This record gives sequence, structure tokens and C-alpha cells, in this order.
Amino acid sequence: MTSLTIFRRELKSYFAQPTAYAIIVIFLILSLGFTFTFGNFISLGDASLHYSFFFWHPWLYMLIAPAVGMRLWADEQRNGTIELLGTFPVSTWSAILGKFLAAATVTLVALALTFPIVITVNYLGEPDNGAIIAGYIGSFLVACTFLAITMLVSACTRDQVVCLIVSVTICTIMVLCGYEDFTREFAKATSPAAVEAVVAIGVWDHFSSLNRGLFRLQDFVWFASFITVCLLGTSTILSAKRA
Amino acid sequence: MIEVAKLTKRFGSKLAVDNLSFTVEKGDVLGFLGPNGAGKSTTMRMVTGFLPPTSGDAKICGISITENPFEAKTKIGYLPESAPLYNDMTVIGFLKFCASIRKLSGSAKKNAVEKAIETCFLNSVAHQSIDTLSKGYRHRTCLAQALLHDPEVLILDEPTDGLDPNQKYEVRQLIKRLGKDKAILFSTHILEEVEAACTRAVIVDQGKIVADGTPAELIAQAPNGSLTELFRKVTTTDTAA
Repeated sequence: MTSLTIFRRELKSYFAQPTAYAIIVIFLILSLGFTFTFGNFISLGDASLHYSFFFWHPWLYMLIAPAVGMRLWADEQRNGTIELLGTFPVSTWSAILGKFLAAATVTLVALALTFPIVITVNYLGEPDNGAIIAGYIGSFLVACTFLAITMLVSACTRDQVVCLIVSVTICTIMVLCGYEDFTREFAKATSPAAVEAVVAIGVWDHFSSLNRGLFRLQDFVWFASFITVCLLGTSTILSAKRA
Repeated sequence: MIEVAKLTKRFGSKLAVDNLSFTVEKGDVLGFLGPNGAGKSTTMRMVTGFLPPTSGDAKICGISITENPFEAKTKIGYLPESAPLYNDMTVIGFLKFCASIRKLSGSAKKNAVEKAIETCFLNSVAHQSIDTLSKGYRHRTCLAQALLHDPEVLILDEPTDGLDPNQKYEVRQLIKRLGKDKAILFSTHILEEVEAACTRAVIVDQGKIVADGTPAELIAQAPNGSLTELFRKVTTTDTAA
């Protein structure tokens, strides 16, 4: 119940400042821009959004998700309102959940506003709409994972810039880890076991399968566990900071 | 209503609060005095549940803040020292948010917010954005959020800090009025507030209580009958330590 109150407050706060609008516009420009330029959407002639559109999302999220999430706890600590939250009859977990959902909603709005590309691809050809829906789900889950990581980092520091840099680094590592060009180079230097371990941290394996329209339980479990662990970590850090 | 028992707080090697014990009953207005760094804010943060104590406990209306923080926090209205607020909200928006957090809804919420605005004289700024408010109004907005749910216990950290003389007077009168049926603990540096608003006062220094009594008793203890002299006598200064 109080999660909802905090969720609403946080969401209103996002849209009361230029932050949300700037991020949404930039995401739309970049994602759709890349689709038609580097994604070769028209020339490929393939009625699927797999390579031209969804491929860019993890690369965009590794920069955009930290930008959305960096203010979540850093702002509270800088303003001193963490003291208000800490003395309200609100559990830390409710606050974490409310804030996380608000950040996820901002990302969801940005993602939802890319609907013109779906209309376009349906007009130009006969795509597998199930795969497109799965792709959107996968994209949203990747964004949520990066947001959860950002939230964890945001709880550690008062400084938004430090939070941004550290989160971007972690998210970049996760994007690079599963990326084929990178793993190929990496495989030349180390054993297959090490490569597998590194790939497991990366988002690509799980994102790609959803992108192709495969709903595998292991992917959902991976995303859900990662997000849950990060949020629990946030709770621990916030409690530890005061003790 | 507030029972503090052997409250201790250690930050690494520094002992900020040392075995503090005191009680505040309903109808009591306890003034918490002391030099800067004495441990006043730390004590209040422990009593309100923001900081976990190293040892000891505080009970609010019989509910332990360490064992049952959720319930205990519903009984407290707290004004932190920095009067923190969400700058992107309006005064009324912020108070509505706090009222929702306090599980007020519908007409109860509306009435509580209106009453708090009236009590703290915020009518003229109710629809203004918080970042445009002066210090006095910011303090009063934060005080208003502490009063929304009509708590039995009020804990105010330097409630008149930075206010002009008129506002100081108003806040002291408000504390006196509210003190009649609540337990109020407030900290201050201003010794004249002790006589103006308190029924009892406690002086702390380096985490320990060094004087305790009604204003009359403390004045009786003081050399020259001056509270300032008593304060200087029982506390250490930065230069001395």
C-alpha cells in the first residue's frame, strides 16, 4: 500500500522535471534512428524487428537505465529526505519497490512510444507479432535488470555522477560479456569454461532467445533472480549505512 | 509516553550517546539542551527509529522502537534538524503524500491536511512549490507533516532554528499548546525557550545527561540564577576539551 504511495510520488517527480522527458525523447530518437540507419531495416527487407530494432536496446539501456535510476536514492540522501523516509512507518522494502516500479514505468513509457515501428513493420510485411511481443518483454526485462543494478549502486553513494559512472560500467560489462564479437576474442585467450562463465553474466543469451520468440523459463528466472538480488542488496546496504 | 532506557550509540571509536535514560510523560514538554556535538540529534534519531542504537532501547507509548519499529513510528511526529522536504512538490502535495503514508484517506486525509496547514499558518503558500519557500515556511511545512496524524508523541529537532523572532514566538506558543495533551521532546540551543515552552529540561554534554529538572529547579541550581551560567558550568567547550 505504501509502495503505491511512494511509486506515485516518485513517478510524479520524474515527470515534474525534464529528466523523464529528455530520456524518453533520446531513447526514441536513438532506437528508431539506429533501426533505419545501422540496423538497415529497409534494405534487409526482413519483416522482423530482431536485428534492426531490438538489437540496439541493450546498448542503449546500458547508458539510459543508469540515467533514469541514478537519482533514486542519491537524491534522498542529498536532500536529507532519507531521514523522513526512515522515520515514517514505511518499510525499506516498500520504498525500494515503489521507487523501482516508478523507474521501470518511465522506461516502459519510452518503450511503448516506439509503437510506430510495429505499425510500420506490419504495414510493410507479415512479421511474427508473437516474436515482437516477446522481444518487447525481453527488452523491458533487460531495462529492469539494469535499473535494479543502478538502484543498488545509487544506495551506496550520495553522488549522482559516481552512481552513473559505476552503473554504466557494470551494465556495459554485462552487455559485452555475452556479445559474440567480444566472446570470440575472449575465447582465444582463455579456456571454454571461463568463456561460458563470463557469457552467463551477460544479458545476450537471455535477451536473444526472447527476441527470437522463445519463452524459456530459465530466462525469466535469470532476470527475476538478478533483479531480486539487486533489490535485496539495496535493502541491506541502506540498513547497513545507518547501523 | 517516551521512555528512553540506557540508550547508547557508538560510531566506530567515538561514543556519541552514553547510556542515556529519561522519560517524557503525556503533558510534558521536555527541552533537550546541549552544546553542538553533544548527541542531541543522534538521540532523537535513535528514538524515532532512524538510527539503530548500539545498545539500550526507547519505548514510545510502551512500544519498543527496536523490536516493533513499524508500530512505534505510527505514534511519532518527527521534525528533523534539516527540515527536509521534496523540492519538486507543492506544500499541499507534500502534505497529501505524508498523509497517505500515514494511512489517511478520503475526507480524513483532506481534513488532516487542512488542519495542519491552518495550525502552521501555511495558507498563503499552500499551492506554492517547495523550492520557492523561505526557510521559515520550509520549517513550518516540515512541522506540518509531523502533526498530520495527530501523534501522541512529538519529537522536534531545533524547531525554531533560523526562524525570525515572530516565527519563533509562534512556534513556541504552538509547542506549548500541543504539549498539553501530547508528550513533546524538542532540542534547542536557545535557553530562553526553556522558560518559554518547557515543563522540564535536560542538559546533555558529550553524550551524557549533566542536568535535569524543571526550569525553576535548574534556575535555582544556577549561579546568578542564570540558565546560561548553569549551561556554561555543566558543559565543556570545544576549547577546553
